[in-house]
Amino acid sequence: MANSNAEYIQHHLQNLTYGKIDGVWRFAQTAEETQQMGFWAIHVDTMAMSLLMGFVFLYLFRRVAKMANSGVPTGLQGFVEVVVEFVQNMVRDTFYGRNPLIAPLALTIFTWILLMNSLKWIPVDVIPGIADALGVPAFKYVPTADPNATFGMSIGVFLLIIFYSIKVKGFGGFSKELAFTPFNHWSLIPFNLFLEILGLLTKPFSLALRLFGNMYAGEVVFILIALLPFWVQWTLYGPWAIFHILVIPLQAFIFMVLSIVYLSAAHESH
Amino acid sequence: MAINLTLLGQLIAFAIFTWFCMKFVWPPITAAMDARQKKIAEGLDAAGRAERDLKLAQEKAADMLRETKQSAAEIIEKANKTANEIVEEAKQQARAEGERLLAGAKAEIDLEVNRVKDDLRKQVSVLAIAGAEKILGSAVDAKAHNDLVEQLATEL
Repeated sequence: MANSNAEYIQHHLQNLTYGKIDGVWRFAQTAEETQQMGFWAIHVDTMAMSLLMGFVFLYLFRRVAKMANSGVPTGLQGFVEVVVEFVQNMVRDTFYGRNPLIAPLALTIFTWILLMNSLKWIPVDVIPGIADALGVPAFKYVPTADPNATFGMSIGVFLLIIFYSIKVKGFGGFSKELAFTPFNHWSLIPFNLFLEILGLLTKPFSLALRLFGNMYAGEVVFILIALLPFWVQWTLYGPWAIFHILVIPLQAFIFMVLSIVYLSAAHESH
Repeated sequence: MAINLTLLGQLIAFAIFTWFCMKFVWPPITAAMDARQKKIAEGLDAAGRAERDLKLAQEKAADMLRETKQSAAEIIEKANKTANEIVEEAKQQARAEGERLLAGAKAEIDLEVNRVKDDLRKQVSVLAIAGAEKILGSAVDAKAHNDLVEQLATEL
Protein backbone atom coordinates (compact mmCIF):
# COMPACT_ATOMS: atom_id res chain seq x y z
CA MET A 1 0.00 0.00 0.00
CA ALA A 2 1.10 3.56 -0.63
CA ASN A 3 2.81 5.55 2.07
CA SER A 4 0.81 8.76 2.22
CA ASN A 5 -2.85 9.49 1.71
CA ALA A 6 -2.24 11.43 -1.49
CA GLU A 7 -0.34 8.55 -2.98
CA TYR A 8 -3.01 6.11 -1.85
CA ILE A 9 -5.70 8.11 -3.62
CA GLN A 10 -3.62 8.60 -6.71
CA HIS A 11 -2.81 4.92 -6.82
CA HIS A 12 -6.48 3.99 -6.67
CA LEU A 13 -7.35 6.40 -9.47
CA GLN A 14 -4.55 5.14 -11.68
CA ASN A 15 -5.41 2.99 -14.67
CA LEU A 16 -3.36 -0.02 -15.61
CA THR A 17 -1.95 1.33 -18.85
CA TYR A 18 -0.20 -0.57 -21.58
CA GLY A 19 1.65 1.55 -24.08
CA LYS A 20 4.85 2.48 -25.81
CA ILE A 21 7.42 4.19 -23.66
CA ASP A 22 11.02 4.80 -24.69
CA GLY A 23 10.45 2.65 -27.74
CA VAL A 24 9.25 -0.36 -25.71
CA TRP A 25 5.67 -1.64 -25.32
CA ARG A 26 5.05 -2.31 -21.62
CA PHE A 27 2.86 -1.49 -18.65
CA ALA A 28 3.26 1.94 -17.14
CA GLN A 29 4.62 1.70 -13.61
CA THR A 30 3.90 5.26 -12.51
CA ALA A 31 1.51 8.09 -13.29
CA GLU A 32 4.30 9.96 -15.03
CA GLU A 33 4.93 7.08 -17.35
CA THR A 34 1.25 6.90 -18.16
CA GLN A 35 1.26 10.53 -19.15
CA GLN A 36 4.29 10.06 -21.34
CA MET A 37 2.51 7.34 -23.30
CA GLY A 38 0.01 9.84 -24.69
CA PHE A 39 -2.77 8.68 -26.98
CA TRP A 40 -1.15 5.42 -28.10
CA ALA A 41 -1.82 3.53 -24.94
CA ILE A 42 -4.61 1.38 -23.69
CA HIS A 43 -6.24 1.03 -20.27
CA VAL A 44 -6.09 -2.71 -19.81
CA ASP A 45 -8.20 -2.65 -16.64
CA THR A 46 -11.01 -0.62 -18.22
CA MET A 47 -11.05 -2.83 -21.28
CA ALA A 48 -10.90 -6.07 -19.32
CA MET A 49 -13.64 -5.17 -16.86
CA SER A 50 -15.95 -3.63 -19.44
CA LEU A 51 -15.53 -6.60 -21.78
CA LEU A 52 -16.12 -8.95 -18.88
CA MET A 53 -19.31 -7.14 -17.94
CA GLY A 54 -20.36 -7.05 -21.59
CA PHE A 55 -19.87 -10.79 -21.87
CA VAL A 56 -21.76 -11.36 -18.62
CA PHE A 57 -24.64 -9.34 -20.04
CA LEU A 58 -24.64 -11.09 -23.40
CA TYR A 59 -24.12 -14.53 -21.86
CA LEU A 60 -27.06 -14.17 -19.49
CA PHE A 61 -29.38 -12.67 -22.07
CA ARG A 62 -28.30 -15.04 -24.82
CA ARG A 63 -28.96 -18.00 -22.56
CA VAL A 64 -32.46 -16.75 -21.94
CA ALA A 65 -32.93 -15.94 -25.62
CA LYS A 66 -32.02 -19.52 -26.52
CA MET A 67 -34.47 -21.13 -24.14
CA ALA A 68 -37.09 -18.40 -24.40
CA ASN A 69 -40.59 -19.79 -24.76
CA SER A 70 -44.08 -18.54 -24.24
CA GLY A 71 -44.65 -20.79 -21.24
CA VAL A 72 -44.35 -19.82 -17.61
CA PRO A 73 -41.04 -17.93 -17.22
CA THR A 74 -38.71 -19.29 -14.57
CA GLY A 75 -35.88 -17.69 -12.61
CA LEU A 76 -33.45 -15.98 -14.91
CA GLN A 77 -35.94 -15.76 -17.75
CA GLY A 78 -38.33 -13.80 -15.54
CA PHE A 79 -35.62 -11.38 -14.51
CA VAL A 80 -34.37 -10.87 -18.06
CA GLU A 81 -37.89 -10.37 -19.35
CA VAL A 82 -38.53 -7.71 -16.71
CA VAL A 83 -35.47 -5.80 -17.94
CA VAL A 84 -36.37 -6.29 -21.59
CA GLU A 85 -39.96 -5.20 -21.02
CA PHE A 86 -38.81 -2.15 -19.07
CA VAL A 87 -36.55 -1.08 -21.94
CA GLN A 88 -39.20 -1.94 -24.50
CA ASN A 89 -41.76 0.28 -22.78
CA MET A 90 -39.22 3.05 -22.42
CA VAL A 91 -38.44 2.93 -26.15
CA ARG A 92 -42.11 2.68 -27.08
CA ASP A 93 -42.93 5.76 -25.02
CA THR A 94 -40.00 7.85 -26.19
CA PHE A 95 -39.15 6.76 -29.71
CA TYR A 96 -41.83 7.19 -32.33
CA GLY A 97 -39.92 6.08 -35.39
CA ARG A 98 -39.61 2.56 -36.67
CA ASN A 99 -36.10 1.31 -36.20
CA PRO A 100 -35.15 -2.19 -35.06
CA LEU A 101 -31.80 -0.96 -33.77
CA ILE A 102 -33.04 1.42 -31.11
CA ALA A 103 -34.49 -1.04 -28.58
CA PRO A 104 -31.53 -3.46 -28.56
CA LEU A 105 -29.22 -0.47 -28.41
CA ALA A 106 -31.07 0.88 -25.40
CA LEU A 107 -31.00 -2.55 -23.75
CA THR A 108 -27.26 -2.85 -24.34
CA ILE A 109 -26.59 0.64 -22.98
CA PHE A 110 -28.74 0.14 -19.90
CA THR A 111 -27.56 -3.33 -18.92
CA TRP A 112 -23.95 -2.82 -19.76
CA ILE A 113 -23.65 0.46 -17.87
CA LEU A 114 -25.62 -1.02 -14.99
CA LEU A 115 -23.22 -3.95 -14.71
CA MET A 116 -20.15 -1.74 -15.05
CA ASN A 117 -21.45 0.69 -12.44
CA SER A 118 -22.29 -2.20 -10.14
CA LEU A 119 -18.59 -2.99 -9.85
CA LYS A 120 -18.45 0.03 -7.58
CA TRP A 121 -20.00 -1.94 -4.78
CA ILE A 122 -16.81 -3.95 -4.51
CA PRO A 123 -14.87 -2.37 -1.64
CA VAL A 124 -12.13 -0.10 -2.97
CA ASP A 125 -9.18 -2.11 -1.70
CA VAL A 126 -10.18 -5.61 -2.75
CA ILE A 127 -9.24 -5.69 -6.41
CA PRO A 128 -6.28 -3.24 -6.20
CA GLY A 129 -5.06 -5.30 -3.25
CA ILE A 130 -5.15 -8.51 -5.29
CA ALA A 131 -3.47 -6.68 -8.18
CA ASP A 132 -0.80 -5.43 -5.82
CA ALA A 133 -0.16 -8.94 -4.53
CA LEU A 134 0.23 -10.14 -8.12
CA GLY A 135 2.71 -7.37 -8.87
CA VAL A 136 0.36 -5.38 -11.10
CA PRO A 137 1.11 -1.65 -10.62
CA ALA A 138 -2.53 -0.44 -10.61
CA PHE A 139 -6.05 -1.64 -11.31
CA LYS A 140 -9.01 0.69 -11.56
CA TYR A 141 -11.89 -1.71 -11.84
CA VAL A 142 -14.89 0.58 -12.50
CA PRO A 143 -14.85 1.17 -16.28
CA THR A 144 -17.47 3.92 -16.16
CA ALA A 145 -15.18 5.96 -13.90
CA ASP A 146 -12.84 6.09 -16.89
CA PRO A 147 -13.85 8.75 -19.45
CA ASN A 148 -12.62 6.50 -22.24
CA ALA A 149 -15.45 4.07 -21.57
CA THR A 150 -18.18 6.69 -21.25
CA PHE A 151 -16.95 8.62 -24.28
CA GLY A 152 -16.66 5.39 -26.22
CA MET A 153 -20.37 4.80 -25.75
CA SER A 154 -21.48 8.40 -26.16
CA ILE A 155 -19.49 8.76 -29.38
CA GLY A 156 -21.12 5.57 -30.59
CA VAL A 157 -24.50 7.15 -29.93
CA PHE A 158 -23.31 10.40 -31.52
CA LEU A 159 -22.27 8.60 -34.72
CA LEU A 160 -25.69 6.97 -34.85
CA ILE A 161 -27.34 10.38 -34.42
CA ILE A 162 -25.37 11.75 -37.38
CA PHE A 163 -26.01 8.59 -39.42
CA TYR A 164 -29.77 8.59 -38.90
CA SER A 165 -30.07 12.36 -39.29
CA ILE A 166 -28.53 12.07 -42.75
CA LYS A 167 -30.38 8.85 -43.57
CA VAL A 168 -33.81 10.19 -42.64
CA LYS A 169 -33.51 13.82 -43.74
CA GLY A 170 -30.89 13.44 -46.43
CA PHE A 171 -27.62 15.34 -46.37
CA GLY A 172 -29.32 18.49 -47.66
CA GLY A 173 -32.15 18.27 -45.20
CA PHE A 174 -29.79 17.77 -42.30
CA SER A 175 -27.61 20.68 -43.38
CA LYS A 176 -30.68 22.83 -43.83
CA GLU A 177 -31.87 21.94 -40.36
CA LEU A 178 -28.50 22.96 -38.95
CA ALA A 179 -28.43 26.20 -40.95
CA PHE A 180 -32.03 27.41 -40.62
CA THR A 181 -33.04 26.59 -37.06
CA PRO A 182 -33.90 28.22 -34.79
CA PHE A 183 -33.88 31.44 -36.94
CA ASN A 184 -35.21 30.89 -40.42
CA HIS A 185 -33.36 33.73 -42.18
CA TRP A 186 -30.37 33.57 -44.49
CA SER A 187 -28.51 36.33 -42.69
CA LEU A 188 -28.50 34.30 -39.49
CA ILE A 189 -27.05 31.14 -41.05
CA PRO A 190 -23.65 31.44 -39.33
CA PHE A 191 -25.31 32.04 -35.99
CA ASN A 192 -27.67 29.11 -36.50
CA LEU A 193 -24.83 26.86 -37.57
CA PHE A 194 -22.81 27.79 -34.53
CA LEU A 195 -25.78 27.16 -32.23
CA GLU A 196 -26.88 23.91 -33.80
CA ILE A 197 -23.44 22.36 -34.15
CA LEU A 198 -22.68 23.31 -30.59
CA GLY A 199 -25.97 21.71 -29.53
CA LEU A 200 -25.15 18.60 -31.51
CA LEU A 201 -21.69 18.29 -30.03
CA THR A 202 -22.99 18.89 -26.53
CA LYS A 203 -24.98 15.67 -26.69
CA PRO A 204 -22.12 13.15 -26.52
CA PHE A 205 -20.26 15.34 -24.05
CA SER A 206 -23.18 15.64 -21.68
CA LEU A 207 -23.85 11.90 -21.91
CA ALA A 208 -20.29 10.88 -21.26
CA LEU A 209 -19.39 13.49 -18.67
CA ARG A 210 -22.55 12.97 -16.63
CA LEU A 211 -21.91 9.26 -16.24
CA PHE A 212 -18.17 9.67 -15.78
CA GLY A 213 -18.57 12.52 -13.31
CA ASN A 214 -21.02 10.63 -11.13
CA MET A 215 -19.01 7.44 -11.08
CA TYR A 216 -15.66 9.15 -10.62
CA ALA A 217 -16.92 11.36 -7.79
CA GLY A 218 -18.52 8.38 -6.10
CA GLU A 219 -15.28 6.49 -6.44
CA VAL A 220 -13.29 9.34 -4.89
CA VAL A 221 -15.66 9.50 -1.95
CA PHE A 222 -15.34 5.74 -1.44
CA ILE A 223 -11.56 6.09 -1.44
CA LEU A 224 -11.71 8.99 1.01
CA ILE A 225 -13.92 6.94 3.31
CA ALA A 226 -11.40 4.10 3.06
CA LEU A 227 -8.77 6.48 4.41
CA LEU A 228 -10.64 6.92 7.69
CA PRO A 229 -9.80 4.80 10.72
CA PHE A 230 -11.44 1.36 10.33
CA TRP A 231 -13.80 1.83 13.30
CA VAL A 232 -15.62 4.80 11.72
CA GLN A 233 -15.54 3.63 8.12
CA TRP A 234 -18.76 1.67 8.32
CA THR A 235 -20.75 4.72 9.47
CA LEU A 236 -20.02 6.43 6.16
CA TYR A 237 -19.35 3.47 3.91
CA GLY A 238 -22.76 1.89 4.58
CA PRO A 239 -24.88 4.94 3.73
CA TRP A 240 -22.75 5.79 0.70
CA ALA A 241 -23.04 2.22 -0.65
CA ILE A 242 -26.79 2.24 -0.03
CA PHE A 243 -27.03 5.59 -1.78
CA HIS A 244 -25.43 3.95 -4.79
CA ILE A 245 -28.37 1.57 -5.05
CA LEU A 246 -30.06 4.70 -6.36
CA VAL A 247 -27.15 6.24 -8.27
CA ILE A 248 -26.02 3.16 -10.19
CA PRO A 249 -29.31 2.28 -11.94
CA LEU A 250 -30.21 5.96 -12.25
CA GLN A 251 -27.09 6.81 -14.24
CA ALA A 252 -27.59 3.77 -16.46
CA PHE A 253 -31.21 4.77 -16.95
CA ILE A 254 -30.41 8.41 -17.76
CA PHE A 255 -27.78 7.41 -20.31
CA MET A 256 -30.29 5.08 -21.97
CA VAL A 257 -33.19 7.52 -21.99
CA LEU A 258 -31.15 10.41 -23.32
CA SER A 259 -29.71 8.20 -26.05
CA ILE A 260 -33.23 7.24 -27.10
CA VAL A 261 -34.37 10.85 -26.99
CA TYR A 262 -31.43 12.05 -29.08
CA LEU A 263 -31.94 9.30 -31.63
CA SER A 264 -35.66 10.01 -31.70
CA ALA A 265 -34.92 13.65 -32.47
CA ALA A 266 -32.56 12.53 -35.25
CA HIS A 267 -35.46 10.65 -36.87
CA GLU A 268 -37.85 13.59 -36.82
CA SER A 269 -37.81 15.93 -39.74
CA HIS A 270 -39.06 19.47 -39.27
CA MET B 1 -7.48 9.84 -16.88
CA ALA B 2 -6.17 10.61 -20.30
CA ILE B 3 -8.13 9.89 -23.42
CA ASN B 4 -6.30 7.26 -25.37
CA LEU B 5 -6.78 4.14 -27.49
CA THR B 6 -9.13 2.73 -24.87
CA LEU B 7 -11.78 5.04 -26.31
CA LEU B 8 -11.56 3.28 -29.65
CA GLY B 9 -11.59 -0.12 -27.99
CA GLN B 10 -14.70 0.80 -26.02
CA LEU B 11 -16.38 2.15 -29.13
CA ILE B 12 -15.73 -1.09 -30.99
CA ALA B 13 -16.83 -3.22 -28.03
CA PHE B 14 -19.99 -1.16 -27.74
CA ALA B 15 -20.74 -1.60 -31.43
CA ILE B 16 -20.17 -5.36 -31.28
CA PHE B 17 -22.27 -5.80 -28.15
CA THR B 18 -25.11 -3.78 -29.64
CA TRP B 19 -24.94 -5.74 -32.88
CA PHE B 20 -24.96 -9.05 -31.02
CA CYS B 21 -27.86 -7.90 -28.86
CA MET B 22 -29.83 -6.79 -31.90
CA LYS B 23 -29.10 -10.02 -33.78
CA PHE B 24 -29.26 -12.77 -31.19
CA VAL B 25 -30.77 -11.46 -27.96
CA TRP B 26 -33.56 -9.02 -28.60
CA PRO B 27 -35.63 -10.84 -31.27
CA PRO B 28 -36.06 -14.23 -29.54
CA ILE B 29 -36.87 -12.72 -26.15
CA THR B 30 -39.40 -10.23 -27.46
CA ALA B 31 -40.89 -12.91 -29.74
CA ALA B 32 -41.38 -15.20 -26.75
CA MET B 33 -42.89 -12.35 -24.74
CA ASP B 34 -45.26 -11.41 -27.55
CA ALA B 35 -46.26 -15.05 -27.97
CA ARG B 36 -46.97 -15.32 -24.26
CA GLN B 37 -48.96 -12.11 -24.29
CA LYS B 38 -51.06 -13.51 -27.12
CA LYS B 39 -51.45 -16.81 -25.32
CA ILE B 40 -52.57 -15.11 -22.14
CA ALA B 41 -55.01 -12.92 -24.03
CA GLU B 42 -56.42 -15.99 -25.75
CA GLY B 43 -56.59 -17.82 -22.44
CA LEU B 44 -58.48 -14.99 -20.81
CA ASP B 45 -60.79 -14.82 -23.78
CA ALA B 46 -61.44 -18.55 -23.61
CA ALA B 47 -62.05 -18.30 -19.88
CA GLY B 48 -64.58 -15.54 -20.46
CA ARG B 49 -66.29 -17.58 -23.14
CA ALA B 50 -66.33 -20.65 -20.91
CA GLU B 51 -67.85 -18.63 -18.11
CA ARG B 52 -70.56 -17.39 -20.42
CA ASP B 53 -71.18 -20.90 -21.69
CA LEU B 54 -71.37 -22.21 -18.17
CA LYS B 55 -73.91 -19.58 -17.23
CA LEU B 56 -75.97 -20.43 -20.29
CA ALA B 57 -75.78 -24.13 -19.54
CA GLN B 58 -76.77 -23.53 -15.94
CA GLU B 59 -79.77 -21.51 -17.05
CA LYS B 60 -80.72 -24.22 -19.50
CA ALA B 61 -80.34 -26.88 -16.85
CA ALA B 62 -82.49 -24.89 -14.45
CA ASP B 63 -85.14 -24.46 -17.15
CA MET B 64 -85.11 -28.14 -17.93
CA LEU B 65 -85.35 -29.02 -14.28
CA ARG B 66 -88.31 -26.71 -13.84
CA GLU B 67 -90.04 -28.17 -16.91
CA THR B 68 -89.33 -31.67 -15.74
CA LYS B 69 -90.70 -30.94 -12.31
CA GLN B 70 -93.80 -29.45 -13.84
CA SER B 71 -94.39 -32.40 -16.16
CA ALA B 72 -93.72 -34.80 -13.33
CA ALA B 73 -96.31 -33.03 -11.25
CA GLU B 74 -98.75 -33.24 -14.14
CA ILE B 75 -98.09 -36.94 -14.60
CA ILE B 76 -98.60 -37.59 -10.92
CA GLU B 77 -101.82 -35.63 -10.95
CA LYS B 78 -103.03 -37.54 -13.99
CA ALA B 79 -102.03 -40.81 -12.40
CA ASN B 80 -103.89 -39.96 -9.26
CA LYS B 81 -106.94 -39.05 -11.26
CA THR B 82 -106.75 -42.26 -13.25
CA ALA B 83 -106.29 -44.26 -10.09
CA ASN B 84 -109.34 -42.62 -8.55
CA GLU B 85 -111.32 -43.34 -11.66
CA ILE B 86 -110.24 -46.95 -11.66
CA VAL B 87 -111.11 -47.33 -7.99
CA GLU B 88 -114.46 -45.65 -8.57
CA GLU B 89 -115.19 -47.88 -11.54
CA ALA B 90 -114.16 -50.97 -9.60
CA LYS B 91 -116.41 -49.90 -6.78
CA GLN B 92 -119.32 -49.46 -9.12
CA GLN B 93 -118.65 -52.76 -10.82
CA ALA B 94 -118.42 -54.46 -7.48
CA ARG B 95 -121.62 -52.85 -6.39
CA ALA B 96 -123.39 -53.90 -9.63
CA GLU B 97 -121.99 -57.40 -9.34
CA GLY B 98 -123.15 -57.59 -5.76
CA GLU B 99 -126.58 -56.44 -6.71
CA ARG B 100 -126.72 -58.93 -9.55
CA LEU B 101 -125.63 -61.74 -7.25
CA LEU B 102 -128.12 -60.62 -4.68
CA ALA B 103 -130.90 -60.53 -7.26
CA GLY B 104 -129.94 -64.01 -8.46
CA ALA B 105 -129.93 -65.32 -4.95
CA LYS B 106 -133.27 -63.74 -4.23
CA ALA B 107 -134.73 -65.23 -7.40
CA GLU B 108 -133.35 -68.63 -6.46
CA ILE B 109 -134.77 -68.27 -2.97
CA ASP B 110 -138.15 -67.32 -4.40
CA LEU B 111 -137.99 -70.26 -6.73
CA GLU B 112 -137.13 -72.54 -3.84
CA VAL B 113 -139.89 -71.06 -1.71
CA ASN B 114 -142.43 -71.62 -4.48
CA ARG B 115 -141.17 -75.12 -4.99
CA VAL B 116 -141.39 -75.83 -1.28
CA LYS B 117 -144.82 -74.27 -1.22
CA ASP B 118 -145.88 -76.52 -4.09
CA ASP B 119 -144.40 -79.47 -2.26
CA LEU B 120 -146.17 -78.53 0.91
CA ARG B 121 -149.40 -78.01 -0.98
CA LYS B 122 -149.11 -81.45 -2.54
CA GLN B 123 -148.33 -83.04 0.79
CA VAL B 124 -151.19 -81.13 2.43
CA SER B 125 -153.51 -82.32 -0.31
CA VAL B 126 -152.27 -85.90 0.19
CA LEU B 127 -152.75 -85.49 3.91
CA ALA B 128 -156.19 -84.01 3.34
CA ILE B 129 -157.15 -86.91 1.10
CA ALA B 130 -155.79 -89.34 3.66
CA GLY B 131 -157.81 -87.60 6.35
CA ALA B 132 -160.88 -87.55 4.23
CA GLU B 133 -160.48 -91.29 3.48
CA LYS B 134 -160.23 -91.97 7.16
CA ILE B 135 -163.30 -89.85 7.77
CA LEU B 136 -165.26 -91.31 4.91
CA GLY B 137 -163.99 -94.79 5.44
CA SER B 138 -163.50 -95.49 1.93
CA ALA B 139 -160.94 -94.72 -0.56
CA VAL B 140 -161.36 -91.67 -2.36
CA ASP B 141 -160.79 -92.21 -5.93
CA ALA B 142 -157.90 -89.98 -6.59
CA LYS B 143 -158.76 -89.84 -10.19
CA ALA B 144 -162.35 -88.95 -9.53
CA HIS B 145 -161.62 -86.29 -7.08
CA ASN B 146 -158.62 -85.04 -8.79
CA ASP B 147 -160.25 -81.75 -9.56
CA LEU B 148 -161.23 -81.30 -6.01
CA VAL B 149 -157.76 -82.03 -4.77
CA GLU B 150 -156.26 -79.69 -7.23
CA GLN B 151 -158.61 -77.00 -6.14
CA LEU B 152 -157.70 -77.63 -2.53
CA ALA B 153 -154.06 -77.55 -3.29
CA THR B 154 -154.34 -74.17 -4.98
CA GLU B 155 -156.40 -72.77 -2.19
CA LEU B 156 -153.76 -73.63 0.39
